[in-house]
Amino acid sequence: MPTTKAQILDWLQAVTDPEIPTISLVDLGVIREVRVEDDGGVYVRLTPTFAGCPAMDYMRRDVETTLKAHGIPRVTTEISLRDPWTSDMVTDRGREGLRRHGLATPPKLNGGLLDLDILEYAECPRCHTTNTELRTPFGATLCRAVHYCHDCRQIFEQFKPI
Amino acid sequence: MNPTLDLLYRLADDQLILGHRNSEWNGLGPILEEDIAFSSMAQDKLGHSLQLYGLLHELGEAEPDTVAFTRNAPQFHCCQLTELPIGEYDFSLIRHFLFDHAELLRFEALADSSYEPLALVARKVKGELKYHVLHANTWVKRLGTATEEAIERMQAALEFTLPYALSIFETTEAEPEIISSGLFIGEAELQARWEASISKVLAQTALTLPDLRTLTPVAGGRQGQHTEHLQPLLDEMAEVFRLDPTADW
Repeated sequence: MPTTKAQILDWLQAVTDPEIPTISLVDLGVIREVRVEDDGGVYVRLTPTFAGCPAMDYMRRDVETTLKAHGIPRVTTEISLRDPWTSDMVTDRGREGLRRHGLATPPKLNGGLLDLDILEYAECPRCHTTNTELRTPFGATLCRAVHYCHDCRQIFEQFKPI
Repeated sequence: MNPTLDLLYRLADDQLILGHRNSEWNGLGPILEEDIAFSSMAQDKLGHSLQLYGLLHELGEAEPDTVAFTRNAPQFHCCQLTELPIGEYDFSLIRHFLFDHAELLRFEALADSSYEPLALVARKVKGELKYHVLHANTWVKRLGTATEEAIERMQAALEFTLPYALSIFETTEAEPEIISSGLFIGEAELQARWEASISKVLAQTALTLPDLRTLTPVAGGRQGQHTEHLQPLLDEMAEVFRLDPTADW
């Protein structure tokens, strides 16, 4: 019996962001397409969160290794900007995963324009206040910004809206 | 040169060279956050150049690494603004402000390019460039309204940098076809939008924008004429690749 797309997506839940182990690539929204071919091979299309993301090769390799471990004979991966990533592609389960890692979640853009004001907005992942301020739009990785919570008096990181 | 290649080389080379310059702040930033900011913007810009060299490769040009690391200065199409050494932080900040305002507007326009592969890359890149512009605006506003020394230094940097910044908009002979084929809105239109965009921010500071029509742009970069600073940059950037093109790490 051929493997179904749902089964593949379920297996891919085990493949997490190389730097955020509490979120899967599926929930992060970087896996844009999964196709089971007639010969049992599987095609997976990924898209980077940021164009210069250095983790793409690791993500691609982890997808291939995981599916091959489940007995998929041929795995083809493609990295494409077709259907480019936006932070709204993070699923609800993914947002929960980001919070468990201590990261603030990006505000929902709902297809709207990313204006400069919304970049400064973040909810503190500890006390949930929005009495916060953007300290720098550049953090430890390209996809994170650094904010300060006036209530906790602590720095926190946010997964950037884009 | 074919108009698409002409445009892509200018875009990609600007990103690569300024990306490399930004990376030179790694470890030297005046505060830790700025060290990280310039390093992050360097990483973004190298990523953007890779996407653009990838488009060139699809059109039959050599592999991105080969194109990036084996050409000499006269074969580069970056504007001279991008190749100047990082200098003092005031210069690097003003360069970043002037360049990234133009880049954001450029890639917003390119998102509607008639060349669909370029439009796809632009739709991705423009969102990321908003962070670069936000960063530049924050510091220009902060230092441009700070102490007398800060304002003086920022004003001097602005006046030194503007003639180079105008070279961003230097055209090539492909310009009429680039516009008529819908590849891009053209440099003159971009420059008009840019002037409006930087003026809005500078108006919130104590800095004065000189009358740009009295300045002479430092042109030549788009035609392969560069300052003495570009070749040493290329030699350093390509040092490992030229020693061992198969090196991997």
